Amino acid sequence: MAKKKRKMPGLNTSSTADISFMLLIFFLVTTSMDTDQGIGRTLPRAPEDEDQNNTQDVNRRNLLDIRINSNGMLMVGEDYARIEDVKEIAKRFIKNEDNDPNLPELFTKDIDLIGKHDVTEKHVISVQTDRGTPYGIYFQVQDTLVAAYTELRDELAREKFPPAKKFAQCTEEQQDAIRKVYPQKISEAEPYDYTKDGKVAK
Amino acid sequence: MPEMNTSSLPDLIFTILFFFMMVTTMREVTLRVKIERPAGHRLEKLARKSCTSFIYIGPPTEALKGQFGTGTRIQLNDKYAEASEVMSYVRNERSSLAEEDQPFFTVSLKAHHESPMGVITDVKQVLRKANALKIVYSANKADK
Repeated sequence: MAKKKRKMPGLNTSSTADISFMLLIFFLVTTSMDTDQGIGRTLPRAPEDEDQNNTQDVNRRNLLDIRINSNGMLMVGEDYARIEDVKEIAKRFIKNEDNDPNLPELFTKDIDLIGKHDVTEKHVISVQTDRGTPYGIYFQVQDTLVAAYTELRDELAREKFPPAKKFAQCTEEQQDAIRKVYPQKISEAEPYDYTKDGKVAK
Repeated sequence: MPEMNTSSLPDLIFTILFFFMMVTTMREVTLRVKIERPAGHRLEKLARKSCTSFIYIGPPTEALKGQFGTGTRIQLNDKYAEASEVMSYVRNERSSLAEEDQPFFTVSLKAHHESPMGVITDVKQVLRKANALKIVYSANKADK
């Protein structure tokens, strides 16, 4: 009896591959590998008090306000502008190379790795829209502003940290230093209902 | 001719299978709004997809146009919502994250490029009240 050890027939596993193939194909199809891309922003905190207006007083020369109306027309400061021009205007505004009294105040700051550099520390770019402004235009303006900062930072990276051709190629510390020279200050302005009264936010 | 040994084939396939199971996000919602995202040049990749919630803004899709009209709608999860409902949505989404991930909670606004800013500003104001301050304007990469 003990000798009669029957050989167990092996389980036929040839179809396992097919089954797992099927599962694999299912997951392949359902997977969305696209990583979401976009422009990141941090909103300001909500005011504690409903009525309290947390508008900051900003010196007029430190402020570049871009207004977009419901037809998608742009106004930068006091003038009409085309979207293609916004980048150059923004770059000139952020840099204020010649210490123009109409452009933001310059503060000389001592920055690690870079040394003394003039910084328009207090500049603010604000984008105001009407309720009817198409989102696409608003987005393009935001994109253009990011482009303006990126180009300035790239320029500085080329100048100060030679082998690097772009801001993104610098080390973490170098990037920090460049960020201190050109801090990104785009205000997510309080919405303003222009239809309510004719007043314009100063 | 000796037959090739295929006994390790299932293991191989299983390995690939597990990889795809890991990366799959099953929470894809069915879009009820039409979204053609604006195109931009200077986009960043979303750092942590697991900490991100989406808000869709746009006109109803072709199939739903007859029923819901063409006005801009906000979609949360699988249904249309009002801007005020964003508050509870954001709170739920955030509390469903692990505590150490909560500071990285981000809201991605996927909006149609023709949506009026009014709707988007309303949503942004609610997000501020809900203290969800990190947002991303979702977009497509523009071709040069």
